[in-house]
Amino acid sequence: MRTIRLLLEKEFRQIFRNKSILALILVMPTMQLIILPLAANYEVKNINLAVVDNDHSNSSAQMVNKIVASGYFKLCASPANFEQGMELIELDKADLILEIPAVFERNITREGSEKVFLAVNAINGVKAGLGGTYLSTIIKNYNQDILLKWAQASKIPAAPQINITASNWFNPSLNYNFFMVPGILAILVTMVGGFLTALNIVKEKELGTIEQINVTPIKKVHFILGKLIPFWILGNIVFTIGLLVSYFIYGIVPVGNLALMYAFVIAYLPAVLGFGLLVSTFCETQQQAMFIMFFFMMIFMLMGGLFTPIESMPKWAQIVAQFNPVTYLIKVMRMIVLKGSGFRDVLPHFFTIILFGVVLNILAILNYRKTS
Amino acid sequence: MFAVEAKELRKVYGKEKTVAVDAVSFSVKEGELFGLIGPDGAGKTSIFRMLTTLLLPDGGAASVAGLDIVKDYKEIRKRLGYMPGKFSLYADLTVEENLNFFATVFGTTIEENYHLIKDIYVQLAPFKNRRAGKLSGGMKQKLALCCALIHKPEVLFLDEPTTGVDPVSRKEFWEMLKRLKAQGISILVSTPYMDEAALCDKIALIQGGKILSIDTPNAIVEDFPNKLFALKGDSMYLLLQAANTSNFVEHAYAFGEYAHVILKDNISSEDLLLDYLSQEGFGALEMKQIVPSIEDCFIRLLR
Repeated sequence: MRTIRLLLEKEFRQIFRNKSILALILVMPTMQLIILPLAANYEVKNINLAVVDNDHSNSSAQMVNKIVASGYFKLCASPANFEQGMELIELDKADLILEIPAVFERNITREGSEKVFLAVNAINGVKAGLGGTYLSTIIKNYNQDILLKWAQASKIPAAPQINITASNWFNPSLNYNFFMVPGILAILVTMVGGFLTALNIVKEKELGTIEQINVTPIKKVHFILGKLIPFWILGNIVFTIGLLVSYFIYGIVPVGNLALMYAFVIAYLPAVLGFGLLVSTFCETQQQAMFIMFFFMMIFMLMGGLFTPIESMPKWAQIVAQFNPVTYLIKVMRMIVLKGSGFRDVLPHFFTIILFGVVLNILAILNYRKTS
Repeated sequence: MFAVEAKELRKVYGKEKTVAVDAVSFSVKEGELFGLIGPDGAGKTSIFRMLTTLLLPDGGAASVAGLDIVKDYKEIRKRLGYMPGKFSLYADLTVEENLNFFATVFGTTIEENYHLIKDIYVQLAPFKNRRAGKLSGGMKQKLALCCALIHKPEVLFLDEPTTGVDPVSRKEFWEMLKRLKAQGISILVSTPYMDEAALCDKIALIQGGKILSIDTPNAIVEDFPNKLFALKGDSMYLLLQAANTSNFVEHAYAFGEYAHVILKDNISSEDLLLDYLSQEGFGALEMKQIVPSIEDCFIRLLR
C-alpha cells in the first residue's frame, strides 16, 4: 500500500509537471467535442444546383423557387442547355443538374403529367444520394400542390392517397449532435486511457528509469497499478469534462442515470488501460508505441459504430467490431444518453467490457517481464 | 563469504548467438573495490545487468551478498545499489524528490542513512529543488550515486560511472568510492579508463566477453614478463613501422608521444635496436626503460 501511494504520488507529480500533457488532457477533449460534431455532420447543405430551364414558364420558375427555398440547395447557374450544365459538373461547380423540358407547363396543364431530368454528380456518395432524394421529395411535394390546385378547381375529389406521418423517437428533433457527442466522448476517454498509459510506460523504458525501478524491491504488480490508477482517474476526469461540455455547449442532458454512465466508464477504463499496457510491453520507444496506438485507434474509431452503424457493415467487419471495446462504450453511452436505458439494459455490455479488461490485463502482465 | 561471486557466467544475445559474456568467473571480497576494466563492447554492462538481476544468465551461476542471482533476485534487490551507465533517474523530479523516492522505495529515509551520502550530498544541496534533468553531468552522476546509496546497500554496482565526466570530477568520484569502501561497502565498478584501474583493490581485465587476467593492479604490473622501453624520435609513424619490422622487436605500439617497445627475449641490449634505427636514418632517437602501466599489460594480453 505504501509503495503504491509513493508511486502514485510520483506519477501525479510528473503528470502535473508536464504542462503540455496536462493541457492536452484538459483542453483536447473540450476542443474536440466542440469542433468534431460540427464537422462530422451528415446533414447535407449548400448543394450546388444548376437548372437548365428550357421552358421559362411560370410553373418552372415556381418549382425552382420552391427548391431553393428549401435551404438545401444553392442555385449556382442557369446554363442554356444540358451540355453546359455537364461542364459545370466537370468543373465541380455544380453537384446536380435539373433539366426542365420546353413543354413543361403545357404538358402539366394539358396532360397532367410531365417528366423532369435529374443528373447527380455521385463522386461524393452521401451528398449525391441525399441531394437527389431531397430534390425528388421537393418536386413530389410541388407535384402534390399542383394536383390539389387542380382538384379544387375542377371540384373533382382528390385521388385517395396514403399520408405518412413519422415521429422520431429518442431524438425527436433529429439533432445530429445528440448522436455524435456521446460517441466522440467515448473515443476521447479511450484515447486518454490507452494512449497515455502506453506512452508513459514506454517513456520509462526509453529513458532507462525502468532499470532503476527494476533493481528496487518494487513488485511488478505495484509498478503496473502505479501506472494504471493515475490514468484511470484521468479518464474519469476527461469524461466529466466531456459531460460538462456537452451540457453547456450542446445542451445534452442524459435521459438515463448519470451514475450508471460513470459506473460503465469506470468498468470500461481498465480495458483500455490494459490495452495500453499490452502495447507498451511490445514497444521499446515512444515512437513505436505512438504508431501502434494510432493504428488501433483508427480501427477503434472507424469500426466502433461512431460514424457508420455497425449493423450495416459487412459480416467480417461486424465480427471485428465485436472485439472492439470502444463499440460497447459508444453503444452504452448512446443508450443511456438518448434512450435512458437502465442497468438491466446495459448489463450484458457490463459483462463484456469487464471480460475485456480482465483478458487484456492478464495478457499485458504475462507479457511484462521484469527480467529478460 | 564473497560480496560477489561469478562462476562461468555466460550470456548469448539474439539469433546470431553473439556471445557477450563467455564463461566469466571472478569474486569480490567483502569491503573490496573491484574493477572490471575493458574497452567498449567487452561485455561489462552485460555482466552488471546479470549481477543486478536485470538479465538472466544463459549459463553459469553467480551470487551477490551470498544470494543466488536467479533464485533470490527479490532479496538481492533489497541489498544492492546500482548505478547504470546511462543517467536513469526521473528527469522531471527534483534532486530531493528523486532521493526521497528511492529512499522510500527501500523503506528508509534520507535522514537514516544521511551519513553515507553526506560528503556527496553537501555538493548537491544547493540544487536540491532543481529538476534532475537540468543538472550538469557531474552533478547528475553524484545524484545517481546518492540514490544508489540511500538504502545502505551491501554491494554497490557502478557501471562506467566516470564515462563522459571531466578529469577533476573523475578524481573526486574515485575519492568518494574510497570513502565508501572504508564504510564497509563492497564495490564493483567498471571502466574503460586504464588509469582508474590502479585505484582499485583488484581488477579483472576483460575483452570480448572473456576475462584475460584477474589480480591486484600491482601484481598485474609485476607480472609483466618483459622489459618495456619508451622510444621517441622524429617521424614517429615511420619509426614505429621500422621498429616492428626489425628483428629485435617483439611488439611496438604507439603510446602517447612515445612508442612502447617490447624487445625479443634473446636480444641482450636495447642498443642493438638503437643502432639499427639510426642506420635506417632516424634522428633524435631517445630510448629509456619504463615501468609498465596497466594499459601496457592489457595491450600485451590482447596480443
